[in-house]
Formats: sequence, structure tokens, C-alpha cells
Amino acid sequence: MKLKSNIATSENGFIFNPATGDSFTSNGIAAEILAYMKLAETEQEIKKRILDKYEVEPSQLERDWDDYMLQLKEANLLDL
Amino acid sequence: MYVSQDQQKSKALTIAVTGLNANDNPGPGLAVIRALREGFRDELRIIGLAYETLEPAIYLKDQIDKTYQIPYPSAGVKALVERLNYIQENENIDVLIPNFDAELYNFIKIEKELLSVGIKTFLPSHKQLEERDKVNLKAFGDKNNFKIPADEVIFKSSDIEASAEKFGYPLLVKGKFYDAYVVQNASDAHKAFHKLHAKWGLPIIIQEFIKGTEINIAGLGDGKGNAISVIPMRKMYITEKGKAWAGITIEDEKLIALAQDFAKATNWKGGFELEIMKNDKGDLYIMEVNPRFPAWIYLTVASGQNQPKALVDLALGNPIDEFSTYKTGKMFIRYAWDNVVDVEEFQKFSAFGEL
Repeated sequence: MKLKSNIATSENGFIFNPATGDSFTSNGIAAEILAYMKLAETEQEIKKRILDKYEVEPSQLERDWDDYMLQLKEANLLDL
Repeated sequence: MYVSQDQQKSKALTIAVTGLNANDNPGPGLAVIRALREGFRDELRIIGLAYETLEPAIYLKDQIDKTYQIPYPSAGVKALVERLNYIQENENIDVLIPNFDAELYNFIKIEKELLSVGIKTFLPSHKQLEERDKVNLKAFGDKNNFKIPADEVIFKSSDIEASAEKFGYPLLVKGKFYDAYVVQNASDAHKAFHKLHAKWGLPIIIQEFIKGTEINIAGLGDGKGNAISVIPMRKMYITEKGKAWAGITIEDEKLIALAQDFAKATNWKGGFELEIMKNDKGDLYIMEVNPRFPAWIYLTVASGQNQPKALVDLALGNPIDEFSTYKTGKMFIRYAWDNVVDVEEFQKFSAFGEL
């Protein structure tokens, strides 16, 4: 899953797609994942970071990850 | 020879602008003036040209130095030339920028007469104006490979049924010059027909409805096939009249290419606006081509490309600023403001046609 290269994000979770003019707000953990994605980290690298940093079961992370990626895809923010 | 200091100073540029109706269906005049003031700073005198006494920008004295009333387009070119000659004797206008679709035909017609008294313009030709007219838009698109929604030009309300059968509801019912209604059924279609007929005359255009995202593009053609500036804007807040009340600049190569293709296909000279509908598949439909700057033209300045200033430079034969980039994510949010004036000002303009 790769974020489109022109997507602008801010530390407070604001996401702007300059190609469509759409903007979104995201919570802290979503913004953190986006920041890792912008650094071109792989899915596995990001998941490892989250598991190391937060108290979350791998199965829960998988479910939330899939849900979040679906949202990003629907928002037209992923380079598919 | 002694030359006084005042005479050594270069004369301030005098630019006349129409479209001062900054109301809920705004003319572009005030935004054009704002762009020019930012582009030329103090070396500028703005002459407003107004048709009606309640065009709001007439009374904005910090924006317009003097306003003259001019005759409606229906009065013909002779009346317009007489009035402009009178204004020119007093004001020494360098460049005139018309901003209404309905007045353009006359201004193009008197282009040479204006030039003979020192007033320069930068306008499309009658042929260019006709080609992109709502009535001819579909044929224009077919000829030049632009996607245009299917439409039918009708003169009788009884023709609505046949169009509706062909396209299905919802439909777009459009006036000859301005205004459009999205209608869901025959009853609303007839109402829209009669409203538009009363306001703008015949014909009426019945257009296939395209669902999608509304995007407008402001452009400036140099008359040689080049679009020297193109700024796309997505509408974020749309009024009941379909006007953008808030918008944001966006980055999309396909939109830029479309505007460049339009300028190339037409050799467009002057400002233009493409009204685009982008459907789910990403297809870009041209809904309308406006032969002038849009009311949101100041956003081009805010995003780094001052199109009105560039138009004036082109009209004067000056070198123009090179536009290579613009800022995306620049937004405009329009607002209404009550300007308070004394009745004497209104009276003066009403009685003498000058303020």
C-alpha cells in the first residue's frame, strides 16, 4: 500500500489531496501511520512499529489496518 | 527645454472594467479590479462601467476611481460608441476589459473604433465567441474531440418531452446567456423553460445531466493557440444558482492539458473559463465555456498567476510574466458585506450616470 506522492499531511492529522481538493481529518494513530507511509516504509515495517509501541493484539491490528487501508482507498489517497 | 517633475512621471495606467454586479450571481468586475490593483499597485486608475444603478462595486470608492453608466447591449453599438467616446474624452482609458457574456458581441464589433481613440482590448473574435456558444457547444466538442454532454436546442416548451425521452431525468435546462436549472420532472422542466425564456429569451438548451465533481478552470489565451495561464479550481460550496461560493485550487495534469487543448483548438484570445464535470471514471466533460474571466479570478492571483494583469500586458504589448507553477490548496471563501452609502451618491449616479 503506497500513499500517492502528492498527498499532503500534517502532524495534527489533516490530509489534503491536491488533485481533487478533498481534505480529511484523522486521529493520532492514523496520522502516525500516514507519516510512516510517506517515509516509504513497508506495511510490515509499519505494523512492527505499532506493535512495539502500543499495546495491541496482532489480530486487532490486522483488522484495523485492513479497515484503514479501505478508507484510504475509498478516499482516493492510495497509489494502486 | 524645461520639463516639470510631474510631466516626467509616467502616466498612471487607466483601465475600464465592466461586470460590477458583485451580487449572488456575481459579475467578475470586482475580482478583476482587485487583481489589477495588486498587479499594478499605485500606478493604476480604475474606471467602472455599469449598466444598473445598484451594481455594488460602483459604490466601492477604494476600488473604483470613477464609474460611468453605459447603455445596455440591446441599445446597439452606436449608443455604446457614443458613450465610450464621451468617457474617453474625460478619462483617457488605456485598456478596457468587458466581463459580461452578453456585452461581448458589441465590444468585439467596436474593437477598431476603440483602438482609434486609444482604448486597447484583448478579446476573442466573433467566430471564437460563436463556436463556444451554448447553442453550438456540442458541435464544437465533436469537431475538436472534447467531451460535451448531449443537448438539444429548443424554441417551444412542448419540445421538452422529446428531449426528456431521449436523455431521461434529471435534465439540465439552460438559458441562452446565463442560468441553468437541474430538473427532476416535466413540471419543473416547463417552469424552468418559462423562467429562462422570460429572462434571457430563446432558445433554451436542454442538456443531458452528468453526475460528478464540479471543477472550473480559469485560463488566458494569447490568440496564437497558447494558454499562457491555466488554474483549475474545485467548487467547495455551491449556491442555489450553481455559483461557486468557496473553492480550492487543485493539481491535475488532465485539466491543464484540456485547457491548453481548448486554447490550441480555438486560438483563443483573452480570458476564458471552462466549466467541467468530472465523472466517477475521471472523464472530463466541458459543460460550458465562458468567454471571459470568472468571478473567482482573484484566486489565480492568490495562487501565483495574475491573469487579469497578464491580459492587460498582452493588450498593451508588454512582456508578460512567465507562469510555470501555481500553488495548490489555495482557497477562496466569498462573503457578503453591507456597504453603506448616502442616498446622494445613489442619486448622483442615477441622475447623471457618473459617480
